[in-house]
Amino acid sequence: MGIDIKAKTTGFFKNFRFGDHSTGMAFILLFILAVIVGWPNFLQPRNLINILRQISYTGIIGLGMTLIIISGGIDLSVGSMAAFTGGITILFLNLFPGPSHLGVALAAIFAVIFGALCGLFNGILVTKGRIAPFIATLGTMSIFRSLIQYFSGAGNILSLNTVYPEVGAGMVLGLPVPVWAFFIIAALLHVLLNNTRFGRYVCAVGANEQVARYSAVSVTITRMIPYIITGATVGVTALLWSSRLNSINSSDCVYYELDAIAAAVIGGTSMSGGKGTIIGTVLGAIMLGMINNMLVLGGVSSYLQQAAKGMVIIAAVLLQYNKRN
Amino acid sequence: MTVEKTDQKSVLLETRGITKEFSGVRVLDDISISIRAGEIMGLIGENGAGKSTLIKIISGIYQPTAGSLQLDGKQVEVPDFITAKRLGIAIVPQEFNLINTLSVYENIYLGNEIRKKSGLLDKNRMREKAAEQLAELKMPIDVNLLISELSVAEKQLVEISKALLLDARILIMDEPTTTLTGHEIVILFTLMRNLKRKGVTLIFVSHKLQEIIAICDRVTVLRDGSLISVDNAADVDEHDIARKMIGRDFQQVFPQKKIRGTDDIILEAEGLSSGKMVKDISFNLRRGEILGFAGLVGAGRTETAEAVMGLRPLEAGKLTYNGKKVAIKNPRDAVRLGIGYLSEDRQGKGIVQNFNIPQNVSLISLKRYLKGVLIDKRAELEKSTQYVKKFNIAAASQKMALRFLSGGNQQKVYLARWVDTDPRILILDEPTRGIDVNAKREIYDFIHSLAASGISCIVISSEMEEVIGLCSRVYVMREGKVTGCLEGKQITEEEIMFHATGIKGQVS
Repeated sequence: MGIDIKAKTTGFFKNFRFGDHSTGMAFILLFILAVIVGWPNFLQPRNLINILRQISYTGIIGLGMTLIIISGGIDLSVGSMAAFTGGITILFLNLFPGPSHLGVALAAIFAVIFGALCGLFNGILVTKGRIAPFIATLGTMSIFRSLIQYFSGAGNILSLNTVYPEVGAGMVLGLPVPVWAFFIIAALLHVLLNNTRFGRYVCAVGANEQVARYSAVSVTITRMIPYIITGATVGVTALLWSSRLNSINSSDCVYYELDAIAAAVIGGTSMSGGKGTIIGTVLGAIMLGMINNMLVLGGVSSYLQQAAKGMVIIAAVLLQYNKRN
Repeated sequence: MTVEKTDQKSVLLETRGITKEFSGVRVLDDISISIRAGEIMGLIGENGAGKSTLIKIISGIYQPTAGSLQLDGKQVEVPDFITAKRLGIAIVPQEFNLINTLSVYENIYLGNEIRKKSGLLDKNRMREKAAEQLAELKMPIDVNLLISELSVAEKQLVEISKALLLDARILIMDEPTTTLTGHEIVILFTLMRNLKRKGVTLIFVSHKLQEIIAICDRVTVLRDGSLISVDNAADVDEHDIARKMIGRDFQQVFPQKKIRGTDDIILEAEGLSSGKMVKDISFNLRRGEILGFAGLVGAGRTETAEAVMGLRPLEAGKLTYNGKKVAIKNPRDAVRLGIGYLSEDRQGKGIVQNFNIPQNVSLISLKRYLKGVLIDKRAELEKSTQYVKKFNIAAASQKMALRFLSGGNQQKVYLARWVDTDPRILILDEPTRGIDVNAKREIYDFIHSLAASGISCIVISSEMEEVIGLCSRVYVMREGKVTGCLEGKQITEEEIMFHATGIKGQVS
């Protein structure tokens, strides 16, 4: 009672609460602003598709990250992990000589499994090792980056397979493959979070670990699986990224963790755990892309783009904080 | 300053008609007590009698709804904790407010640091003065040790030193002996006598009868927020005080008929031990009975229940369920066997605040609502609607997050969660804590009907009347041990109190 008074007057808005839809509202406002600032180029299909492609790499990781944050954790290692996984995947692919389609298919599976194993490693450190997620993944962030530098001799790992780029650079029904991957994974994780037992447990553990424990929920497993899922999403991104350029550079995917976390936070996921949505993260990721695009179209120095992103993140958290009080 | 001459010794602190209400519920009713300079005043009462509220008003943490405080015969306002300290009233809280990662002297001077002229901390001076004070209390502790390196008794000493730093004239000690061993209590009492000799007035809050008699000059008894008596400790014995602490009329809130259950034993525990709070506990539970676990707070009842649920590791002991020996390693094992545990800590261990009613109800039994791998939300909502009706849960909508419900309604949702697991045994720990009388009565009825349907219930409660009104048998615990099992007419407040405080049923 007393929580939905704001918009009670009109029939249509009877059950509408602004607080529940603040991400959607922000998205619409930002979109309108982008249309105005970027007129007419912003609305060009090519531009819109380009935005989606640009955000899909970190967006995919952000989807997994959302689960981790809801469960009460964080993963800082995803950027390094993406570069590492991409590099090892190319080394694996190169075991198959010539333009082997089988090699590409197996490499795709390999990337996802390898990423999931990296995620499992993080998950074990956090749950069994009882290391604070921030610290554990700060450590693995450094480890993964160092390993890819070692394997690449601090340079590039080149693929010898000429059909590999078809994965990352390909188009299906007018949309780039990474965008499809982003939307499909989003749909899967949305169902996982909202309609399965595991999803419910993730929210419960993130909201109050003690309550979950006293309610016979296996806290260890519930906290570990989001890291594995995130590892798998990192694997997908690593596959898409490495195949697009048909190589991996040891300094690729730097700061991916920031964009992934930012997408989740802007999308309304609470950093203290227990609350968040996949749809929010999708919108959050697209908003980040729109802001960048808008600044480019508006002729703002590219050096200032990160500053704009930073302000949006802070504004999103402020909004969350105010809602809670 | 002229000292007020009265027939009695000089009164230092006086409460005049102190009344306190929390959202319309009166927890303290017209309390007038005079505390004399240099005495040790005992303040005793059952849980919920109003002891804590009274000392919180005296130390400025709460404001009284009506009434006033007089210090040295003059009316004083104590709007906050700091003012109380300035007036010379200090409190040693039950839960220590010490910072584990700082040293002894840093904790003693926290907020009152001594500085040099340059503005930097004068650590040497603080060390010296802290050591001086501890020596004066005849309790030498190395002031450079970290709090985390100290024993509980030593921590308490630091807490006392901190309280005395600002020349406290009145020192309130809230249940200081709860966490101390016998030997440590002796040391504490010596210290209290030393303080008294130095002219400090002490208010000693406890629910342990022997301690009150042993250390206090006078004893104030509170019950249900009212002042019952103020006696010289020399004039009363433990039995007198126990009788004053209890002895209220029962309201007719309990189901008329008691349920005995059948004769077959569903759960038998033999020699359970787990940590300091569960020592060699044996009990048995019959099918369909309501079994009580009585005792004072900290007697080890919750810990025993948690050990049974697999929430605490068992170091020794055997559990027999339906005639078979069982090992319960975690709550999932317990739930699989059909054992449920409603925690006393509803907010911290019970409900998920931001989950709605169906989500809270189905948390443990979620498996039943699965269609394939997906949750059938309609079935979930339907079941939850049934519980809302059955338990008379007042909520504007099922979609409401639990944090918007009242304590009683939250408790009913929490209870529904366990009932939805179809338990054979349900352990209810303080099932009516913090809820209103109507909800209480409803919950008693639910427990009664659960037992009538063959579910064995264990009710852990610190409210005497609850145990007496509901249970057909009652185990009483004290300091991690079972001190007795009362049955039928033996179940009286006096008997329970005697066993709970160690007058009866001493076990070695």
